[in-house]
Amino acid sequence: MIHKAAEVLSVNRLGEDIFELRLLSPAAKEATPGQFVMLFPDSPAYLLGRPVSICEALPEKEELRFIFRRVGFGTAAFSRLSPGTELFLTGPLGNGFPLKEARGKVFILGGGIGIPPLFGLGKELKKDDSLSLNFILGYRSKAEGLFLSEDFSSLGDCRLTTDDGSEGFPGTVTDCIRSLDIIPDIIFSCGPLPMLRAVKQYAAEHGVKAYLSLEEKMACGVGACLGCVVKTTGTDPHSGVHNARVCAEGPVFDSEMVVL
Amino acid sequence: MKQLNTSVELCGLTLKNPVMNASGTFGSGMEYASLTDLDRPGALVTKGVSSSPWEGNPTPRVVETPSGMLNAIGLQNPGLEVFIRRDLAFLSGVDTRVIVNVCGHSEAEYEEVAERLNEEDRVDFLEINVSCPNVKEGAIAFGTDPGRLKSITKALRAKTGKPMIIKLSPNVTDITELAKAAESEGADALSLINTLTGMKIDIEKRKFALANRTGGLSGPAIRPVALRMVYDVSHAVKIPVIGMGGITNAADALEFLMAGARAVAVGMYLFHDPDAMIHIIEGLTAWMEKEKLSDINEIIGIL
Ligand SMILES: Cc1cc2nc3c(=O)[nH]c(=O)nc-3n(C[C@H](O)[C@H](O)[C@H](O)COP(=O)(O)OP(=O)(O)OC[C@H]3O[C@@H](n4cnc5c(N)ncnc54)[C@H](O)[C@@H]3O)c2cc1C
Ligand SMILES: Cc1cc2nc3c(=O)[nH]c(=O)nc-3n(C[C@H](O)[C@H](O)[C@H](O)COP(=O)(O)O)c2cc1C
Ligand code: FES
Repeated sequence: MIHKAAEVLSVNRLGEDIFELRLLSPAAKEATPGQFVMLFPDSPAYLLGRPVSICEALPEKEELRFIFRRVGFGTAAFSRLSPGTELFLTGPLGNGFPLKEARGKVFILGGGIGIPPLFGLGKELKKDDSLSLNFILGYRSKAEGLFLSEDFSSLGDCRLTTDDGSEGFPGTVTDCIRSLDIIPDIIFSCGPLPMLRAVKQYAAEHGVKAYLSLEEKMACGVGACLGCVVKTTGTDPHSGVHNARVCAEGPVFDSEMVVL
Repeated sequence: MKQLNTSVELCGLTLKNPVMNASGTFGSGMEYASLTDLDRPGALVTKGVSSSPWEGNPTPRVVETPSGMLNAIGLQNPGLEVFIRRDLAFLSGVDTRVIVNVCGHSEAEYEEVAERLNEEDRVDFLEINVSCPNVKEGAIAFGTDPGRLKSITKALRAKTGKPMIIKLSPNVTDITELAKAAESEGADALSLINTLTGMKIDIEKRKFALANRTGGLSGPAIRPVALRMVYDVSHAVKIPVIGMGGITNAADALEFLMAGARAVAVGMYLFHDPDAMIHIIEGLTAWMEKEKLSDINEIIGIL
């Protein structure tokens, strides 16, 4: 884990409010799929880091790739960065996906801006020939941009869904998985809370293990402030109470361990 | 140039420099061990600990505000036993002073924690948090009423042999009244300020930004208020004062020292720069060299 300035390699617009950022940082050498970094806007008024998932890490080139949606001050500032400038980053942070748990038919379910970290995951899991990878990726609409969908199609079976039906399966990711007659051996998922709740329920109904990547408001990103907790079903070993830190024990949790 | 002295004395103990973290913003140091050098600050201050585990508040617990943030953590902590076994054990390997921040729902709970910590040699000071705005019972009630502050200070004085710092709340009309109350019942030092109660509303969701509705404001936004209070308190009592509230760099730290603080703490800014304490320590010595000042104590309380 480092806290250092990283050089901006490129910023590309992929959709209406969707951007791709590439940074040069030694953090790429340590990163595993599902981890995130804190990116710091260069501003005396906006002091907190913005948690952003690592979409892909290229350790040899010390390169990190991120995909983000422009929503507020920080992400707007990141969208305007020019190559050669620097921004501060802390990372890699969090636990990442438990790669060793992958077996048999793996369903990788992504929704909206939760899709990017699943690309790094898919790339890693593709190295194991014994796995069959099924991706179901949910987007708002074709107009907003089907970011990363082409990258994913090179990794395995990839279905798209859109809320407005403008591309692929009309409806949600969980509607789509329920329309299929395959039951996965394991699920990895990242997306908005309502989607993760539905995935958790689907997994419980079918007795399938599901690992979910969660979001929460963060201040420190390193487990110190206890700002980012999620309710847990049992007593969390670190906190000693029914709370786990999304930035430290997470962001990826066994769906049965968390209350959503 | 001769050796610069950056060390200060606090309640009979020497701190190698006057810079520490503010409670709750640095865990127990453990969480930042890979990002900064924990041996460098003059002291490390732990997150508030109570006798039994506390769940804290629902989320969202934190939200950014202009040059600051609001938090309503609600003093989540694993309880004293885990704290001693894990966090304090970790701090045994760190070469600096240790200040343990203590919280409780009742006078009895504060007393229980203080008494148990007497046995722990690694604890150099207790800092009594009577000023957390985010828990319903205890905490702030003791810190806003001079009568109750006297009573709890007196009770704790009888229980602890450790130097005792009382942490004051800014959410009062006259902070010097509380400062004097704590001093009169045996506080060895005072620390201030804790966070200022505030609120933020998410207009898109038409909801409070924090689940707790209100939270404690910290960061550079509160610095001028904190500085004024540190100045007032330093001039109202004889015991030393630890100043905090929005400190980001050596210049900010110097303002607090000149206003009368014997030491300073960095809180929210550590989330922005984990090395902030080291940058401040280095900034202070650079300033001393520039000003040809050989001892940091020469500028403490010059105003
Ligand atoms: C572990 C994790 C991974 C994430 N990965 C990505 C990603 O890969 N791509 C992406 O586009 N977004 C991601 N997000 C969401 C991203 O952090 C927010 O969109 C971003 O912080 C917004 O910052 P802003 O300054 O533009 O917005 P503002 O609304 O101005 O931000 C104000 C404050 O709220 C916080 N905040 C706002 N929205 C969120 C949110 N959804 N989650 C957590 N904090 C928030 C900000 O960090 C900041 O402190 C992730 C969030 C988490 C927790
Ligand atoms: C996330 C967070 C948690 C805190 N927890 C505690 C605590 O447990 N005990 C305490 O006495 N003060 C706590 N504080 C208050 C700080 O120690 C400090 O008094 C305050 O934040 C002002 O300093 P700053 O502006 O540099 O952050 C907390 C502050 C923050 C931001
Ligand atoms: S953001 Fe501070 S503990 Fe997770």
